[in-house]
Amino acid sequence: MEILLKDNVAKDGEYMTEPQAISVTAPAAEDLPKEKFDELEAFIDSMETTKGALIAILHKAQDIFGYLPRDVQLYIARKLGIPGAEVFGVVSFYSYFTTKPGGKHTLSVCMGTACFVRGADKVIERLKEKLNVESNETTEDGLFTLKDVRCIGACGLAPVVMVDDKVYGRVREEDVDDIIREYRSQEGQQ
Amino acid sequence: MAENQKQDQDRKMLRIRINDQDLTVPEGITILEAAHGIGVKIPTLCHLDLHDLQLHNKTASCRVCMVEVGDAIRNKLVPACVTKAYDGMVVRTDTLRAITARRMAVELLLSNHPNECFTCPKNLECELQALADELNVREIRWEGERMDYPKDLSSDAIVKDSNKCIYCRRCETACNVVQTCGILSGIGRGFDAFVGPFFNIPMVETSCTYCGQCVQVCPTAALTEAYHVDKVWEALNDPDKHVVVQTAPAIRVALGELFGMEPGTIVTGKMVTALKRMGFDAVFDTDFGADLTIMEEAAELIYRIKNNKTLPILTNCCPAWVKFIEHQFPELLHVPSTCKSPHIMFGTIAKTYYAEKKGLDPDNIVVVSVMPCIAKKAEAKRPELTKDENNNVDIVITTRELGAMVKEAGIEFDRLPDSEFDRPLGEATGASVIFGTAGGVIEAAVRTAYEWMTGETLENVEFEQLRGMEGVRKAAVRIGDQELKIGIASGLGNARVILEEIREGKADYHAIEIMACPGGCIGGGGQPYHHGNDEIIKKRREAIYQEDRRKKIRKSHENPEILELYRKYLGEPFGEKAHQLLHTHFEKRERI
Repeated sequence: MEILLKDNVAKDGEYMTEPQAISVTAPAAEDLPKEKFDELEAFIDSMETTKGALIAILHKAQDIFGYLPRDVQLYIARKLGIPGAEVFGVVSFYSYFTTKPGGKHTLSVCMGTACFVRGADKVIERLKEKLNVESNETTEDGLFTLKDVRCIGACGLAPVVMVDDKVYGRVREEDVDDIIREYRSQEGQQ
Repeated sequence: MAENQKQDQDRKMLRIRINDQDLTVPEGITILEAAHGIGVKIPTLCHLDLHDLQLHNKTASCRVCMVEVGDAIRNKLVPACVTKAYDGMVVRTDTLRAITARRMAVELLLSNHPNECFTCPKNLECELQALADELNVREIRWEGERMDYPKDLSSDAIVKDSNKCIYCRRCETACNVVQTCGILSGIGRGFDAFVGPFFNIPMVETSCTYCGQCVQVCPTAALTEAYHVDKVWEALNDPDKHVVVQTAPAIRVALGELFGMEPGTIVTGKMVTALKRMGFDAVFDTDFGADLTIMEEAAELIYRIKNNKTLPILTNCCPAWVKFIEHQFPELLHVPSTCKSPHIMFGTIAKTYYAEKKGLDPDNIVVVSVMPCIAKKAEAKRPELTKDENNNVDIVITTRELGAMVKEAGIEFDRLPDSEFDRPLGEATGASVIFGTAGGVIEAAVRTAYEWMTGETLENVEFEQLRGMEGVRKAAVRIGDQELKIGIASGLGNARVILEEIREGKADYHAIEIMACPGGCIGGGGQPYHHGNDEIIKKRREAIYQEDRRKKIRKSHENPEILELYRKYLGEPFGEKAHQLLHTHFEKRERI
């Protein structure tokens, strides 16, 4: 009597279906090339254990891809052997992670306590109005992504706006226009 | 329970006081458990502890069970569901502060909950609504920011209304821990948070099996079944249609609960009367389909054993389980039996054999299945099961939906006289009745396989070794000079254990029964809500075995209507015509 053994499964070729393959590595969009997936895979493989490492991996993935699209999240889920829903649960919980591609520059408005009491809410409202976007959205021309972030540790300069890595301190509502103009004109010169 | 008591003896005992009652409790017990023991009820919402179903949700997220702990000088509010007793603990559950805190927790949940109880599918079954009543919530002082997600109506089985999600995470525990499907997760944060699938894609795109265990434990209407009652009424009111109904074995031991009857009351006769009064042209029994399934499955098992084909054979009566293996173990799709599930077999026979016998045009026959199950709704829409000109089964409704129809029809269920199923598709044996509980399908198959393999008469048809509420059960049955090794798993997490054994080549079973719902169909996602009381499921189970004992014929292959069906129409079990009509295939599916 044939009891199902691993070897027998392989012999039973006509019924055989491939184990679940990671099918998302095929470059679906231009900004998701295979090299980027390879880089992410190498990072994950270099870890001693992936247990409890999901957030670190998501950080790395966002560094590599610039954002965390559906296919990247699914890739991570399958690579780690955890449900996609679990990955998405973490991604959607933390405001740092984004599932949409960002603009060329990221405008981060600190909404920490010190910045908030010194008028960060007015600053961000002005930015939303000027750029015609909500938080975590990108302008139509793809130049800016607006973000409200938690305390960035520069409370002495409150309220603080960061453009990419550059910090603007003691920002007043009316300074917003100058900051935007600065980056727009840089774009014009190029 | 005896085991628990023995463990208690070894544990350190603590002296605590609850509402001025002194009591001694074992170490490790929560305030909630201790209070329950002395008849002090502490309301709960997110908490769920279903011992027999291995479902324990202890997120302590709703704060509905707050009680006061301490003395006259320093008191603090703690959640009773997760706070463990300590020696000398003084608890009060009835102080103004505790009552106010509990009420406020519910008030806050209601502050951003859709205000539509009248038209909500969970009206009068909703645990949040019941709590608001129990805690005397008379006003909602705040207006919270509401969610505005569209209802997910993508699947034929489950409806997800995220706006009603209160984030208790019970569904997540059922889906991820008990069923190991991993479809649901907490998504977002703050007012917008809800439980949903990966990328919040439509349910139909996920690898959801539609087992409905999430629906069974959801306290509100965030997760409910797709509602198909109106389609049935439409069919019943169409004079050109010949509407036949079949009821699954697990319905007759649970339907009564919806009319205030004791859990475990057998209402087969009343159910048949109610269906006849509602205007069905013929009231049949899915058990007939179950007997037919056994004929095919037992024949397939013997064929596989005799011809050195793939073993073990896996039963596949359960569509949620079928979907589970398709998504999660696509490399093992050659292992399950190829039989259609009993209600689909019934549908096929109704539109072929029965149609011919009655001189009816199959196009005008509408087959309605009453199932304890949500997955059957999606199964009936599978392309390979609807490929013929006629769907095998047209409409599937759950036990709960049937209850709703009976009420709508103005039938006083508890006062109904009994009637018998119609013939010819209403004759069924005890073997088919036990399909409704975990272990039943395989026991029924063994009753038939025993006689076919040995040629002897089986005197005692009750196989105690195949009965029990454990998630995974292994047993052996001696058939002649052969020992048949049987595995039984109920609950998809348990099924996963067995499937991994098979994949790793460690399994030496001949036959395995798998049911997606813990306890089998009696605990199905379409059954009356158990509201956290697993005793109800045990009582349904006892009733199933009682119904089996009441039957004169208890082996599927002795069902005279089945024998006539083979003689006049199908030919041999597992033969050519049977293959064409009663067997199916499976598909590899993605895991998302």
